[in-house]
Amino acid sequence: MEPPTPSQTVGPFYGHALPFPGGGEVAPAGHPDTVTVHGRVYDGAGEPVPDALLECWQADPGGSPAGRPGSLRRDPAAGGLTGPGGADFTGFARVATDADGHWSVRTLPPPAARPYLAVCVFARGLTRHLYTRAYLGAPPAGDPVARLPRELRATLLAHAEGDRTYRFDVHLQGGKETVFLDIRALPGPR
Amino acid sequence: MAAGSPLTQRQVSAEIAEAHRATAAAVAAGAPAPHHPPRDFAPYRSTVLRHPHRPPLPLADPDAAELHGPVFGRTDVTELDGDLTRQHPGEPLGERITVTGRVRDRRGRPVRGQLVELWQANAAGRYAHPCDRHPAPLDPNFTGAGRCLTDDDGAYRFTTVRPGAYPWRNHENAWRPAHLHFSFFGSAFTQRLVTQMYFPGDPLFPHDPILQSVTDPAARARLVAAYDPALSVPEWSLGYRWDVVLDGPAATWAEPGEAAR
Ligand SMILES: [Fe+2]
Repeated sequence: MEPPTPSQTVGPFYGHALPFPGGGEVAPAGHPDTVTVHGRVYDGAGEPVPDALLECWQADPGGSPAGRPGSLRRDPAAGGLTGPGGADFTGFARVATDADGHWSVRTLPPPAARPYLAVCVFARGLTRHLYTRAYLGAPPAGDPVARLPRELRATLLAHAEGDRTYRFDVHLQGGKETVFLDIRALPGPR
Repeated sequence: MAAGSPLTQRQVSAEIAEAHRATAAAVAAGAPAPHHPPRDFAPYRSTVLRHPHRPPLPLADPDAAELHGPVFGRTDVTELDGDLTRQHPGEPLGERITVTGRVRDRRGRPVRGQLVELWQANAAGRYAHPCDRHPAPLDPNFTGAGRCLTDDDGAYRFTTVRPGAYPWRNHENAWRPAHLHFSFFGSAFTQRLVTQMYFPGDPLFPHDPILQSVTDPAARARLVAAYDPALSVPEWSLGYRWDVVLDGPAATWAEPGEAAR
């Protein structure tokens, strides 16, 4: 087994490189099923984290987790980044938090079999990214998250706020600490 | 800077040495060498309030969406995106370099057709980012961000300039060694990697709590590129080779009847 390349923090100065236009607009423009998933990222003192970067990944509404290209999409004339362009559903979002630690993604609901957005959190001060999940619906019976103790599972459930809007906060540390996941294909040690 | 007087380099170096001693002792006692930095690494001060107290929860989920991942293609990346010296009308200042290597998974299989992103400071050590207040000059001919897709051998390639070292406020008189920031995607979201590449022989290495957050020396060495004369282009650029191995299960990781590792 090859030893992996170690992780290093994303640092504070990724803003000119990683975010792209429409990075939070996963739903095709004007799609009637669009939902908004938003929230804040907090540190261990309960302060908002203004320089986190979140990536969300999900299966499409039809159930396929295969994804599609086109998240970055280029302006064919000028060559600049235009973002997803509102046409295809790529399943991928990338958004930076603002000064209030707030982030927001507009997407299509994930399928009932995988009713979650996989969320990957990067930040200055985080030496390695963290994975969690924002469930927009109850985990189905076969999902191992359904078998977690209630208080742990609760941190993975986005709260419906009405108007097709869901709130999902990430607490990096402390009493409200989010459950972060080490996802494996099979049980057993890594 | 947080309230109170900043730590000195001597204090930070003592904390780093202690963390390295603890890793060496654990490895000597039979523990596997840690590949990644601990998230709780106090010499890098920003970790203090940003690391979870609980370790990530192992979740065996063969149906996980994370065993698949985002897909990028020719709509996302153009040929020019890998050359950071050609994004403006003029040539950027600095030492022109070519950086290339192969991206593989832990079984040594090439990671094909996946997105690689690079970002960096300019030759003077300044980021084209409004929050970077280091009083070094901006370069109107250098933004410092590029991307490419890996080819069928898993190879990536960038042309850029060597970045400068820069100060930061982790502790008194703290300077980051010259580095390139990289982001890699694998075939599965679980293989995601964001890291930094360093240049060989930098005297700032032992003083830098970010590089030293990787507490195993062999793992740290994997973040340092090799100067490769065969990659240098005469009268044009210096060549560096840096190969990358993505951690985490791939979609095709678990084959029938096979143990996890
Ligand atoms: Fe940097």
